[in-house]
Amino acid sequence: MVVFLARRLGLVLVTFFGITVFAFALIHLIPGDPVMLMFGERNVDPAQLDQLRAQLGLDRPLIVQYGLYVWHAVHGDLGTSLATHDSVMDEFLTHFPATVELAVSAMLIAVLVGVPAGIVAALRRGSTTDYSVMGLALAGYSMPIFWWAILLILLFSVTLGVTPVSGRIGITYDVAPATRFMLIDSLLSDDSGAFRSALSHLILPAIALGTIPLAVIARMTRSAMLEVLNEDYVRTARAKGLSPLRVVGLHALRNALIPVITVVGLQVGSLFGGAVLTETIFAWPGVGSWLIHGIARRDYPVLQGGILMVASIVILVNLTVDVLTGIVNPRVRQRR
Amino acid sequence: MLGALFSALQLGTALADSLVVCTEASPDALNAQLSTANTSFDVSEQIADRLVEMKIGGSDLVPGLAESWTISPEGLTYTFKLRHGVKFQSNANFKPTRDFNADDVVFSFQRMSDKTNPFYQSANGNFPEFVDLVAPNLASVDKIDDYTVAFKLKAPLAPLLPSLSMQPFSILSAEYAAALQKSGKLGALDQEPIGTGPFSFAQYDKDAVIRFRAFHQFWGEGGAQPDRVAKVDNLVFAITPDASVRYAKLRTNECQIARYPNPADLAAMRANPDIKVQEAAIAGTNYIRFRVDRKPLDDKRVRQALAEAIDMDNLVKAVFQGGGTPAASLVPPSLWGYDASLKPYKYDPDGAKKLLAEAGYPSGFTIDLWAIPVVRAYMPNGRRTAEMIQADWAKIGVTANITTYEWGEYLKRSRAGEPSVGMLGGTWDYPDPSEILLGFICNNPGNAAHWCNQTYTDAVLKANVVTNQDERAQLYITADKAVYDDIPLVRLADVKAYVPVRKNVEGFKLHFLGGQPFGGVSLGK
Repeated sequence: MVVFLARRLGLVLVTFFGITVFAFALIHLIPGDPVMLMFGERNVDPAQLDQLRAQLGLDRPLIVQYGLYVWHAVHGDLGTSLATHDSVMDEFLTHFPATVELAVSAMLIAVLVGVPAGIVAALRRGSTTDYSVMGLALAGYSMPIFWWAILLILLFSVTLGVTPVSGRIGITYDVAPATRFMLIDSLLSDDSGAFRSALSHLILPAIALGTIPLAVIARMTRSAMLEVLNEDYVRTARAKGLSPLRVVGLHALRNALIPVITVVGLQVGSLFGGAVLTETIFAWPGVGSWLIHGIARRDYPVLQGGILMVASIVILVNLTVDVLTGIVNPRVRQRR
Repeated sequence: MLGALFSALQLGTALADSLVVCTEASPDALNAQLSTANTSFDVSEQIADRLVEMKIGGSDLVPGLAESWTISPEGLTYTFKLRHGVKFQSNANFKPTRDFNADDVVFSFQRMSDKTNPFYQSANGNFPEFVDLVAPNLASVDKIDDYTVAFKLKAPLAPLLPSLSMQPFSILSAEYAAALQKSGKLGALDQEPIGTGPFSFAQYDKDAVIRFRAFHQFWGEGGAQPDRVAKVDNLVFAITPDASVRYAKLRTNECQIARYPNPADLAAMRANPDIKVQEAAIAGTNYIRFRVDRKPLDDKRVRQALAEAIDMDNLVKAVFQGGGTPAASLVPPSLWGYDASLKPYKYDPDGAKKLLAEAGYPSGFTIDLWAIPVVRAYMPNGRRTAEMIQADWAKIGVTANITTYEWGEYLKRSRAGEPSVGMLGGTWDYPDPSEILLGFICNNPGNAAHWCNQTYTDAVLKANVVTNQDERAQLYITADKAVYDDIPLVRLADVKAYVPVRKNVEGFKLHFLGGQPFGGVSLGK
């Protein structure tokens, strides 16, 4: 297990440095100049623009800028935002809980609906139920998130009036940001309606963001279940007279979940990507919308620091998933 | 069952004493001194005041924290008599012990100009509008007595007064600054701002919500500035980046004012019985401009032909969809200095063909025509505008190749003079034509048309020095005529802006210069 972990950590370090090069290069390849964007069409003295560029360190050679970026990053300093002049790390930590809350909720929906849907489809293979579940999964996977999100708002918020349109909580609730997880902070507040308001604001964005992972998890669960249901040990369990619930829930599902855990880990990466669109539509002040604003403003420190943090989290989650898979499936942790 | 579940979640509803405004983006800073963005101007507009103010919905200057002012004959000293009895707001960490006075004005400008001032350093010297508009000409800001300040200039600057009405020149509390310096929390001056305005800053949830509370000791409540007085107890900016979602929130009454609507939604908004759409002409200009030092555009006949080949009525109808009228004057009708006598160039494709033949281009030519890639207040659809011009020019034998870039790149290349026919425009931040007209004077690095007209340059530079507004207006009319006659650019349309509001919103006036005030706005039944 120690060797397994050591090998994985070595890979993490290499990946981390690869990401710094990739993120830095990609960001600087985007056309546009942050100082020019600050002033827009205004007729400003070019000398003043140059002075501002120098003030922001943008006149240095790229290799020097990269070196400084990596040097500061390994010391925990991600610089300051060109637009707001706030610390990038502080801004990330302010926005991150909102994304975690949304991503966890989306993943909960995806797992709690996707896994049972996949099991039912596998057990009723070839039936109308199977085709319906898989058809819906395909539809869910194919829909653009921003379109699906607007559709949900138009149906549930505007037409039916049963959910709010956007934001994290009703405007009338002034909840102190103790943890920045709105569900927790609203519970801690004195206002009894705050938690219900926070929950109602979370539903639509969580559904919108969770739809694609739900579809993937449903399909993966179905495939994994079908494979496992044909195994000898399942046949043996049935022959021994065990109840269908015990055969499926205890023997089949435990083994079928192994690839599903891996898929869940991989979906974390796509959740961050989907969060960018979901957060923009639902005015959810998370890391995704923060990065989108950073791109529009060419806020290099925000983009460099933000992408590094997001990548680090995705790496950490996948490392955790690898370790969990290793624990659950002994064959994985043994040397091949 | 789903409905029961959802209704059990008890959605929040708007309180009668709260006005919620759906805004389009987050502010860079809560103190407009540090920003060039309208989103920051909007915040400072609620919290703070300036020495002079713009009339809401207009372009005239009215007294603000200065009751009156005089300008010395040579235009180098502006002396302001300050208002008495003006109270500053307080917050959790500060309660003012005195009224506003000259020390606050001196401090507000010193912190932007004196590199040794700790509040200059706490903001890293980042005061872009001050550096651009005032600093080059400012020698000093001096306290004459507790209620008199003098701005001394190194050189005359006629736009100084209009510039001072901008939110980046809001007056801060010197006493608050001193208290913060004592406690070591210098950053709070900008992050927890206080001012003398109709609303006090309560809270900013980053990228989500900005909350303000009515400040009932606002000096305007005595009748001095009734249209800025807070008429609601709570003002909330709900930051909602997507225009469709802003509209959805307006429909469900989650916000009562939705800024920057999608033009495509306007018809549906007008048809909605719960919504009314307010409109006002913006202080903006838009044009296609020619690189006049490049063949064939160096020939005025060619420029005239290109101008007269555009069916402007048709273009404006298609692109601005009722929100624009064909324009001729570079200064828009919403600003003083506008020349109402100028009419758009006639549409005469046959005449245009003759002019091209005279200039030596009987078969026309090929040229690049740039299109703005983003929606701007002065240009809702740059691509469509370019396509219509391209189609019109094709009728006279001119092939226009439409070119565009990502917005930041477009600005960079446009400023560098790369386009032969560039498309651009702008909106005014303060009520003075010089802000945009200075861009076209001879030898201005920002003059991407490379156009040098001495009549124009002399008029605009003189207007920058002369302080009598009527005289300045005449000079801008002269300048506008020079543009019209020499055709370095072709104006497109004078544009309106729209704001949909709930039917029960009263007293809202769309202001098209700088920050939008929400004082004077109330919610009826």
